Amino acid sequence: MSAAETAQDAAATRNGWWLSAPALFILAFAAVGPLLIVLVYSFLTPGEYGNVEWIFSLNAWRSILLTEDIFEPGKFTLADAHLTIFWRSVKLSTLTTLITFAVGFPTAWFIATRSPRSRTMWLFLITIPFWTNLLIRTFAISEVIRNEGLLNTLLLKAGIISAPINMIYTDFAVFIGMTYVYLPLMVLPLFAAIDRFDMKLLEASYDLYASRWQTLRRVILPIVRPGIVAGSILVFVPSLGAYVTPRVLGGGKKMMIGNFIELQFGQGRNWPLGASLSILLLIVVSAALVLYVRVSGRENRHG
Amino acid sequence: MANRGFDTAKLPGFTPTAIFVFVALYLPIFMLVFYSFNAGKAVGIWEGFSLQWYGKAWANDHVKDATLRSIVIASVAAVVSTIVATMAALGTTRRKEFKGQTFIYMMINQPLMVPEIVTAVALLIFFAWIKVATGYQGLGYLIVAHSAFCIPFAYLPIRARLEGMDLTLETAATDLYGSPWQVFRYLTFPLLLPGIIAGMMLAFVTSLDDVVITLFVKSAGQDTLPTYMLGQIRRSISTEIYAISTVLLGLTVALLTAFFLLTRKKE
Repeated sequence: MSAAETAQDAAATRNGWWLSAPALFILAFAAVGPLLIVLVYSFLTPGEYGNVEWIFSLNAWRSILLTEDIFEPGKFTLADAHLTIFWRSVKLSTLTTLITFAVGFPTAWFIATRSPRSRTMWLFLITIPFWTNLLIRTFAISEVIRNEGLLNTLLLKAGIISAPINMIYTDFAVFIGMTYVYLPLMVLPLFAAIDRFDMKLLEASYDLYASRWQTLRRVILPIVRPGIVAGSILVFVPSLGAYVTPRVLGGGKKMMIGNFIELQFGQGRNWPLGASLSILLLIVVSAALVLYVRVSGRENRHG
Repeated sequence: MANRGFDTAKLPGFTPTAIFVFVALYLPIFMLVFYSFNAGKAVGIWEGFSLQWYGKAWANDHVKDATLRSIVIASVAAVVSTIVATMAALGTTRRKEFKGQTFIYMMINQPLMVPEIVTAVALLIFFAWIKVATGYQGLGYLIVAHSAFCIPFAYLPIRARLEGMDLTLETAATDLYGSPWQVFRYLTFPLLLPGIIAGMMLAFVTSLDDVVITLFVKSAGQDTLPTYMLGQIRRSISTEIYAISTVLLGLTVALLTAFFLLTRKKE
């Protein structure tokens, strides 16, 4: 490399940094930087009226899993209430991911096998709910399933039921709501993967006497795997950190981690616990993302 | 394709499932729109056409304030995030990969990866410090927070547009003694404009939709439309919310259609 080229490269690098600097500054100030404060707060002592006392403590991290006995200091038991919330978060997020895949895959396949013209329209129809306000979509679902909602009113009027079925403020309601709001996040990457799939492989598979089921399992699914992984991450990550949907459909009783974190900063008055829970959530989500990058990286090398 | 009476792309049960998904996706939304024009209050019982809920929402000062606030925040955040995202996109595309580029990508996409509730908590603590230190309570906090999480939404379409652009044109313009500014002003910018507008619209919609971060950052009396709606949903379901939702829906669909037309590939 000549000296002139090296100088040119250095100038280009400097230029790239200068142009990116304003964006980086805003992000450092109002997105990335404050996360460090959360980390610090998770090692402090809760203040009496909220906020923190600047005294180092590991209590917040310990109290994620263990509760100290009020009468016997030093005696710890598992924090059942916390475990219930974690278990509900993981269970509902996993269920949501599985169901969105089960119905999202046929939907993505359907879109990808339309003619190019109508495909654009179907894709647009998936995109609209994706960009529609999450709160509005959650609200719409709550209006369908609440006791005086559309479903119960219609069933009552038709005489199929004599008393409303109670669905809202249950785990089931939160699960239905999350499936509804996050479904497009599953369909879009699946579509992108299926769109690249070479349909000639299907003919080859059938020519070799594979059944439809064998073709699906042995040919289609392995090839579109990156799309499956991407869709699952895109659904699982926001489900795990969901706040609005469990709040509206769980009614404050069926809390998930997101609501539990908020509680610590409100009535719970335990900011350090809220901070340690936030960091824990961040770690779990980052682990999922790292897993995704590794899996998709491997696919690329083989492809 | 030769029709042999055996459609290889067909899989059993897939089409009915897909149709069911589309119906299930749109039914609740249509229900909101439909009953927003209901003369009565109860959902499921049609009592005739009426615009009364729109009238009630329009006459409600809380709604008016919240709407105005939402629009101010979304407009400023969209403009700010689009300007910085355009600069960043120009700085990170169409050049030899440089050291630190991955870091810049990660920073820009960070709001897409970190759960909103975590960022919300972080900003609550951080801005509380600044509020105490400066005494400033205004809309600035919300605008800065929104500008930050809108950056990736503005950046991605602009970068996509830049990567699809022909670099030889700019080389030609430079060869014809165009100054860097002239090349940008008369060549790069006009070509990039559809991407910039698309990015700005996505940023605007993203800001308009935000609930969680706004909820944690706002001071008392700084409700935006979504946080106002969340408060109302908690108290009692009011058909007014149907009307507000329908208007917001209409706005989103209009912006998305425009976005779609702008980014559509020319054939």
